Amino acid sequence: MNVHPTTAGMLLAGVLFVLGLISILVRRDIIFMLLSVEIMLNAAGLAFVVASSHWGTADGQVMFMFILAMAAAEVSVGLALILQLYHQLKTLDSDEASKMNG
Amino acid sequence: MLPALIPVIPFLSAFILMLGWKQLSRAAVAVIGCGSIALSAAVAIGIAAQFAANGEQAIQQHVWTWLQAGGFRAGVDFRMDALSVVFVLVITIVGFLIHVYAAGYMHDEPDYSRFFACMNLFVGAMLVLVMADNLLLLYFGWEGVGLCSYLLIGFWYKDPANGYAARKAFIVTRVGDTAMGIALFMLFQYTGTLHIQNILESATQLWSKGDPTITLIALLLLGGAVGKSAQLPLQTWLPDAMAGPTPVSALIHAATMVTAGVYLIARTHTLFELAPAAQTTTAVIGAITLVLAGFSALVQTDIKRVLAYSTVSQIGYMFLALGCGAWSAAVFHFVTHAFFKALLFMGAGAIIVALHHEQDMFKMGGLKKQLRAVYWVFLIGSASLAAIPFVTAGFYSKDQIIWLSWSAAGGHVGFWLAALLGALLTGMYTFRMFFLVFYGDIKTKVHHRPGNSMMIPLYILAVLSTVAGFIELPHTLGHVTLFSNWLLPVLPAVTVLQESAILEWTSQGLSALLALSGIGLAYAWVVIHPKGMVDFLEMPAILWFRGFWARGWDFDKLYDVLLVRPYVYLSRINKRDLVDKLYTGLAQLMQWCHHMLARTQSGLLRWYILGVVLGAVAILSVLIWRIYI
Repeated sequence: MNVHPTTAGMLLAGVLFVLGLISILVRRDIIFMLLSVEIMLNAAGLAFVVASSHWGTADGQVMFMFILAMAAAEVSVGLALILQLYHQLKTLDSDEASKMNG
Repeated sequence: MLPALIPVIPFLSAFILMLGWKQLSRAAVAVIGCGSIALSAAVAIGIAAQFAANGEQAIQQHVWTWLQAGGFRAGVDFRMDALSVVFVLVITIVGFLIHVYAAGYMHDEPDYSRFFACMNLFVGAMLVLVMADNLLLLYFGWEGVGLCSYLLIGFWYKDPANGYAARKAFIVTRVGDTAMGIALFMLFQYTGTLHIQNILESATQLWSKGDPTITLIALLLLGGAVGKSAQLPLQTWLPDAMAGPTPVSALIHAATMVTAGVYLIARTHTLFELAPAAQTTTAVIGAITLVLAGFSALVQTDIKRVLAYSTVSQIGYMFLALGCGAWSAAVFHFVTHAFFKALLFMGAGAIIVALHHEQDMFKMGGLKKQLRAVYWVFLIGSASLAAIPFVTAGFYSKDQIIWLSWSAAGGHVGFWLAALLGALLTGMYTFRMFFLVFYGDIKTKVHHRPGNSMMIPLYILAVLSTVAGFIELPHTLGHVTLFSNWLLPVLPAVTVLQESAILEWTSQGLSALLALSGIGLAYAWVVIHPKGMVDFLEMPAILWFRGFWARGWDFDKLYDVLLVRPYVYLSRINKRDLVDKLYTGLAQLMQWCHHMLARTQSGLLRWYILGVVLGAVAILSVLIWRIYI
């Protein structure tokens, strides 16, 4: 089976994204949820890189640098929040943090 | 002199009495209350004298423009013509005498000032009613007297029964007032004005005789008159109105306010002449009412209720006269009735006070010796009410109506027979009352005799009840027509179909005979054979009729079943606001949606993410759908 490299890369990015999405929905542990977000971000980054190689431009790779920077910032904020959450609730279960319900 | 002064003076004094009811002493209240009416009577007499001397058609006065909108204009305008003058004189003079009497009668009342304030307000409103130049101002006075009637019937407001009677009077008359209001709207729609004289002038050009529109208008006006004057079918409020103090009964529910209906019909007589059906209805109502009320008066035990039913009956005579086209005869009977009925009411009041507020005639008796002065004036009043021939005013006025109810253009033999039956009943119930009160054994002791302030008005009214008749004598007896001549510029002379002295003699003779035999029957039953009377009255069939008549032919029960109970039933069903259900339902639906949406805010992060994902998928699907398909 002969698949075009762009198509293969895009499929991989899509599969990664969906895996991340599924795990964010099924996991209750908030650290895993953070990890899943990272996976989804990287899937998006992969799609950018594949696309940029397909068009032969550097735009997508520049965009991946932005994504990396943003992911780093997100992880630092996210980890701080998780620490606070654990400090407050003594658990990492996201379902426990449901006090703001209607 | 200014006609506007006549109603303004009582209004002013009512205002003063209302504001200063705590500061003023009793003497000051009495002086202000009676003095204002005396002043107003003096002005009225002055204007009447000027009127008679100058031979004018009418005295008019424009005070100010009340309402002006588009083509509609209603002013506070007063107009005094011959008819108004008669009413104004009776209202102020009889009103003054009743006020003087009330000053003595109400002397021990705590709310002395409130009483006189309401009485003065009433006189003012009544004067506005009879002097108004347009129907709107007349309606204002009309409602004003209704309000005062309500206030004064419920004067002793601490007893719930009095409040009930007051509300009943107000609501029942309101039925008639609504009809009258509709009549005013229709008159304005067709004639474009509410000015009485303009309406009367344009009516003859607008409508031919018997036109359905004018018939409807006249019937609606009649509805208003029927309510105010306590005629069938709205007569039920008057007997209950006796809950008020006796001077109120004398002034409002005998002499003046209840005759407002007579005034209204006489004032708009041109409209009634254009609507023969409405005029006949008036006569039929009068004839039926006078007989029904006569029977009811016959079996009452409360002295004031006898007089109340007799008032209904006598106003029935006036309506009968109006219906037959004998306009001036109706007004003449109003005048004499005002004198002798006020006299009888105040005489009854004197007796009631003397017996410590005892109103049951069967607990009175033998008062002839103890209350000699009251006995004589009461005799004169009763004689006038029963129409004893030649010497009483009541004879001349009632006899004229009886004769004209047959011979006038709108008359009928049936009306004549009803009027004769009424004459017999009047004699019976009047003297049944008289003999029960003054003859027989003493049952209740006299506590105190009425003072001068109560007796002097009675003497004056006793004189008036006798001499007032001589201003209008029938053809057969001297033929004096001072009164009808006086009214001739306003009210056309009656058309007599059968100008026959023999028939007139027969009618007069019969009515006199019936009145006298009524008195004779009353004497036989009450004085000679009280035992026989009791046996007769205890027979089951008679007992049933007595109860039926005493309850006023069960009209109260009928209205209770027909109107009151369905209304109460409906309001009970509607207690939870059926009409509002649609809107409360809408609000409830919104609240339900709100709860449903609030549930989705579970606080669970993963569900929110799912929501975001589903939303994103939905938007992307739509976009792809739009682009590729």
